[in-house]
Amino acid sequence: MAASTLNPIPQIVTDRVEREPRGMVRWLTTTDHKRIGILYIVTSFAFFMVGGVEALMMRMQLSVSNNNLIAPEVYNQLFTMHGTTMVFLFVVPMMAGLGNYFVPLMIGARDVAFPRLNALSYWLFLAGGIVFYASVFWNPPEAGWIATVPLAESTYLPSGGVDAWIYLVHLTGLASLIGAINFFATIANMRAPGMTWSRLPLFVWTILTYSLLLIIALPVIAGAVTMLLLDRHFGTHFYDPTQGGSVLLWQNLFWFFGHPEVYVMVLPGFGIISEVLPVFARKPIFGYKAIAASTILIAFLGLLTWIHHMFTTPTPVIVLIFAMIASFLIAVPTGVKIFNWIGTLWQGSIEFRTPLIFAVSAISLFIIGGITGVFLAMFPVDWQLNDTYFVVAHLHFVLIGGSVFSIFAAIYYWFPKMTGRMLSESLGKVSCGLMFLGTLTTFLIQHSLGLDGMPRRVYEYDNIGHLELYNQISTVGSFILAAGVLVTVFNVMRSLKSGAVAGPDPWRANSLEWFTPSPPPANNFDAVPRVRSLEPMKDIRREIARRASAPRAAPTPTAGADVPSEPRVSV
Amino acid sequence: MLAGLASLAFAPAALANFITPPSGGSPNASRISDLYTVTLIIAAVIFVGVEGTLLYALVRFRKRKGRVAAQIHGNTRLELGWTMGAAVVLVALAIITFVELHSIRTPDVSGANGLSASEAIPIETDAIKPPKGPFITVQVNGQQYIWRFTYLGYGKLADQLDDPYTYYHMYVPTNTTVVLKVVSQDVVHSWWIPPLGGKVQAVPGYTNWTWFKISKPATFRGQCAFLCGRGHATMKALVTALPPKQWLAWLHTLEQNLQANKNGGAAGRSVLSKRTGSAAVENP
Repeated sequence: MAASTLNPIPQIVTDRVEREPRGMVRWLTTTDHKRIGILYIVTSFAFFMVGGVEALMMRMQLSVSNNNLIAPEVYNQLFTMHGTTMVFLFVVPMMAGLGNYFVPLMIGARDVAFPRLNALSYWLFLAGGIVFYASVFWNPPEAGWIATVPLAESTYLPSGGVDAWIYLVHLTGLASLIGAINFFATIANMRAPGMTWSRLPLFVWTILTYSLLLIIALPVIAGAVTMLLLDRHFGTHFYDPTQGGSVLLWQNLFWFFGHPEVYVMVLPGFGIISEVLPVFARKPIFGYKAIAASTILIAFLGLLTWIHHMFTTPTPVIVLIFAMIASFLIAVPTGVKIFNWIGTLWQGSIEFRTPLIFAVSAISLFIIGGITGVFLAMFPVDWQLNDTYFVVAHLHFVLIGGSVFSIFAAIYYWFPKMTGRMLSESLGKVSCGLMFLGTLTTFLIQHSLGLDGMPRRVYEYDNIGHLELYNQISTVGSFILAAGVLVTVFNVMRSLKSGAVAGPDPWRANSLEWFTPSPPPANNFDAVPRVRSLEPMKDIRREIARRASAPRAAPTPTAGADVPSEPRVSV
Repeated sequence: MLAGLASLAFAPAALANFITPPSGGSPNASRISDLYTVTLIIAAVIFVGVEGTLLYALVRFRKRKGRVAAQIHGNTRLELGWTMGAAVVLVALAIITFVELHSIRTPDVSGANGLSASEAIPIETDAIKPPKGPFITVQVNGQQYIWRFTYLGYGKLADQLDDPYTYYHMYVPTNTTVVLKVVSQDVVHSWWIPPLGGKVQAVPGYTNWTWFKISKPATFRGQCAFLCGRGHATMKALVTALPPKQWLAWLHTLEQNLQANKNGGAAGRSVLSKRTGSAAVENP
């Protein structure tokens, strides 16, 4: 027969097609990086609200001197849960969520390297949060988020709260470790053709650094809390000085993790700022290589400075000097970032959209935290400021500026991509204004609280000096801040249903996630574009404009010549 | 609240603890405050410069009709310049710190009208770098939730257990360097009397130390600065400086009272042991 001369046509035979799961099952079984990203973002934001309520309860207690509103042990539980929640259950997983959603899209990948591990990472994180918050029904931990020993030993806190904290650190730590390995493998191996390291978006650089820091720091805290668990239940004495154990061992191990953790929390925030500013200043980022290099340098130096949390411990002065110099050195690459951001705005044409306003507020608040950090790095000065409200003020300016405001910038910047709808600009500006005012009111005065002699983690104080007045100002501020957050929650709820339709690229942005429809389809890209510069979307828009103006019949030999998968410009 | 705001505005003295740490109690606290103030001035200049430039850029380069954003990717010379600038400021701060460090860390020599060499009993331990001349050593022992002060060497026996002690309220002679040997017997505490210098952690298993010298009779308050449990906020302390002669008299009375208590306790024990048999008393 003539047919026998034809080549065989490959065929795919299938006898059963699984139905796509729907509704809840779809969310519970998903391995799609975007859905996992949304799970992370929504869950961690819920924890942010819980942590915020805990903060407000503390501010209520402190609004009057020698207040009897909250019992001492409850107050200790509140600050323990507030700190733990914000670090382990909000900022770190929120960055993981944003990284999950946007890293593959920004580098032109169809998913992360290990989608199932990615799902495991989220569920471990959620399990950690549930184990920790389950302790609310028995005895929540009350040794601070630093779980200071020997206070956290079973001699002093025999209840299960500290154990809940230990399991939280283990479960969320494992989640972060898996997530970090996944990010690293994805970024190292799955970049779009043409996306060299020097064309990697700055947010992706920071997620890469975040991953490296987590991989280095998490095993240390995992070992440290395991020893604490053994001390508490299995008769070891790692941290028990009466049996030859060492209290400073815990402090060293904890802060070896704890200080890099600060950079885990703020570096992705810096990445978000570095993405948002060029888009709304309509200018390329100023000093791309310096910003990328400063990210790595901050991370490296951040691994050397943990002793600056231990300036008042019996530690030789030469060690303190080393920690001071290392901490000073961090100020240089951090300053470089800030100068480069200002350089990006300089001579731009700045559009005051909500993401930009949040990003700029983040910078201006972070500057305050950065400068007070220099005071605290000078160890003789730290002897006076350590463990006072000055430190509370400092760390909140760093984390609210570096992390919270940049997370809000990210929410406003990327919400259209995630949902296909725009958030309200006017509500966004109101939210940012309230949050900015609230942050300044709450935390500026706390520097003075510390200078006026108020230590951290006290449930009551005598009204000596102006302590009560300062505390009242701070409490008022905290409610303004909370109101600002609620405006954004309302904005998100409203826009999910009735926001203006965004389209694929509402901001005329620079990076590849805006090449996809909003929200992106399950496989992200039908055709992955070749990346020719740091700002591939500018090239693509230029190409579209060129083709639109060119005569219709003329072929475009240059575009698509080097890659067959060059996209059709039907975006 | 408003009354407080007004008193803030009209009382410049309040600024001492408002934008700078306390000073005037002990020389090391004042030197820390000086170091802080120098840093604050440098920081204020940088703060105003950076925030001002940011604000200027936002206003000056806001989107307006006809404005085209300059497509600049960087400026190596400028970037190197501000990197070096930041580094120079920090080197300056490090130098200032090193200059001040010695005088903050090393105890001052006692004043001429402090305790005389024959009255002061200096106790040296390995961890402590003592000053030249007379000084006294007070052991500060942190415990949940009270401070115990032992006036080392002032007991009649060589045994430290015989040394006079007080809780909560420490008394010291004026113009005399007081070296504090800071220990803890349970969890970590932190010794802090703001006008008398920085904090030192009382870490179980370790000996920490600090010092102060008070020139005029006065009382200073402070409290534990490191989370030590439910009573952390209540773990307060007072330090009162008395002229040397008065302090010696106070110490003498203290010793007598302690001895009286000891004798009273012994008498009580012997009465009890006659009534109930010794076992219940020996192991109270």
